[in-house]
Amino acid sequence: MAAPAVNRPATADAPASAAAGRAAARSGPRREAVLLVAAGLGIVVLAAASMFIGVSDVSLPAMLAGHQDTWDIFWISRVPRTLAVILAGTAVAVAGLIMQLMARNRFVEPSTVGTVESATLGILVVTVLAPAAPLMAKMGVAGGFALAGTALFLAVLRRLPARSTLLVPLTGIMLGGVTGSVTTFFAYRFDLLQTLNNWMIGDFSGVLRGRYELLWIVAALTVAGYIAADRFTVAGMGADFTTNLGMNYKATMRLGLVLVALISAIVVTTVGAVPFLGLVVPNLVSLLFGDNLRRAVPWTAVFGAGFVLVCDILGRTIRYPYEVPVGMVMSVAGAAVFLLLLLRGRPKRKGAGRG
Amino acid sequence: MIRLSGVCKSYGTARVVDDVTAGIPSGGVTSIIGPNGAGKSTLLSLISRLQPMDAGTVAVGGLDVAATPSRQLARTMAILRQENHLTMRLKVRDLVAFGRFPHSGGRPTVEDRGHIERALEQLDLLPLADKFVDELSGGQRQRAFIAMVLAQDTEYLLLDEPLNNLDMKHSVEMMRLLRRLADELGKTVVVVIHDINFASCYSDTILAMRGGRLLHQGTPGQIMQPEVLREVYDIDIRIEEIAGNRIGVYFA
Repeated sequence: MAAPAVNRPATADAPASAAAGRAAARSGPRREAVLLVAAGLGIVVLAAASMFIGVSDVSLPAMLAGHQDTWDIFWISRVPRTLAVILAGTAVAVAGLIMQLMARNRFVEPSTVGTVESATLGILVVTVLAPAAPLMAKMGVAGGFALAGTALFLAVLRRLPARSTLLVPLTGIMLGGVTGSVTTFFAYRFDLLQTLNNWMIGDFSGVLRGRYELLWIVAALTVAGYIAADRFTVAGMGADFTTNLGMNYKATMRLGLVLVALISAIVVTTVGAVPFLGLVVPNLVSLLFGDNLRRAVPWTAVFGAGFVLVCDILGRTIRYPYEVPVGMVMSVAGAAVFLLLLLRGRPKRKGAGRG
Repeated sequence: MIRLSGVCKSYGTARVVDDVTAGIPSGGVTSIIGPNGAGKSTLLSLISRLQPMDAGTVAVGGLDVAATPSRQLARTMAILRQENHLTMRLKVRDLVAFGRFPHSGGRPTVEDRGHIERALEQLDLLPLADKFVDELSGGQRQRAFIAMVLAQDTEYLLLDEPLNNLDMKHSVEMMRLLRRLADELGKTVVVVIHDINFASCYSDTILAMRGGRLLHQGTPGQIMQPEVLREVYDIDIRIEEIAGNRIGVYFA
């Protein structure tokens, strides 16, 4: 606080330090942009590697020699699979970030608040009632269920007497558990447990041309999330801050709800649940770069894509020529990373006791 | 001018703000005082449209807060509540920059940058500008939030217990800053404050509340009277005049 100049001779330095501060503010983003481009290149390298890993032999020499079979496998299987991994990884991580801001809690993500379970229940309902329904219709119903499930979680959250950091994720896990058990019960009765597993455990091995294109919709939703980044950042500060800054809190929450629910539903219908991603990546990004979404969304997208790419490559190579579903690899890797983040802790988290 | 007329608010059956009618003059510091549960904070959040009122009207600078678009109100008045929990990691400069949101959305202009740097400087935050808010001490964090609403550059500034978490030095500097905002920039500052002596020394007008009702409104000279304070706080407070200020002695 600038007291009258008499009391504080240091005031004379203020303009100089202000200029220094501005310079630092300028150079920070530039360095970060360079880093972001470098990370993006890393994703390209991983993606290239992903396209050449698999049971069938797809090698550069064979492709250059113009073998039609090789090119077919490349276009029909490898490219779609890699794209699916990147699209899903990006979107699920960003959805996790938005979910965390909406719940104002770092320990939630769509798969721990009932969103994914609700989407799965939705697919089950369509599969039972209208087994011949096109994929698009299944996705629509899954989206509707996901929307309702997430809205239910947020509604319960509003009614919680004290928003303790632990109570919020526990409530989500509980809601997800209830929805999940209903789903399992009906899947069991209708002899669909096997099918249910396909949605519960994310797996990219079934991705072929013509069976992943819906994921481009989540790419559009992710971009929408980036465009509204400032709104979500403000909403993450709470209802009072949001109202003070002249924004409609409820409208922003609704937008976030739709983005998160649709991304989750589409990913579950096309490749299955991708666990931990939405939890681990946003927390990692937050630790490194903070939560100003204008900055955090690109990083979350890049790390999300990178994390799933690495896990998918691992899943394909650990038991080569067999495959371990990516969902399983991610559960192990994600849990390990998350545990590491928790143990490492955050620098000087004063007053972090409340959510 | 902030005009309140017949403002009421109940939580369930409890009336927290009971038929308050008042006029808060433009340009100056107005303090709202009263014991716990007097409805001070609720009144502030009704004025600032953070909560809807059950009855009555509030006009801030001629704008009906119930009918004016929120973004227009955000360029006219800024409100900072008492409890501010950030669960997210934001840098101090980013937080303060969001104060410009009502003016420029997410794209700060050169003018916005000026407001941001000035607010940081006025609250002594330049050395901390690139730190994360959650790495600050309680007092530093409080100053960061104040800097944000200051960057909002509104004619009306509403602060709920701005001295919360501040030590003596920063409390005095905060009150001096509020005084300067009123005297030099002509802003209308309304604060909810617990310490009657800060209210006495720094405000032009004091509103004294109890049980949801506005009991008295007046200058520090009119409010800092033993019989008035007895009615408001239910204890005997001796008033001493020190260096031209009326100081309430209630420690013994």
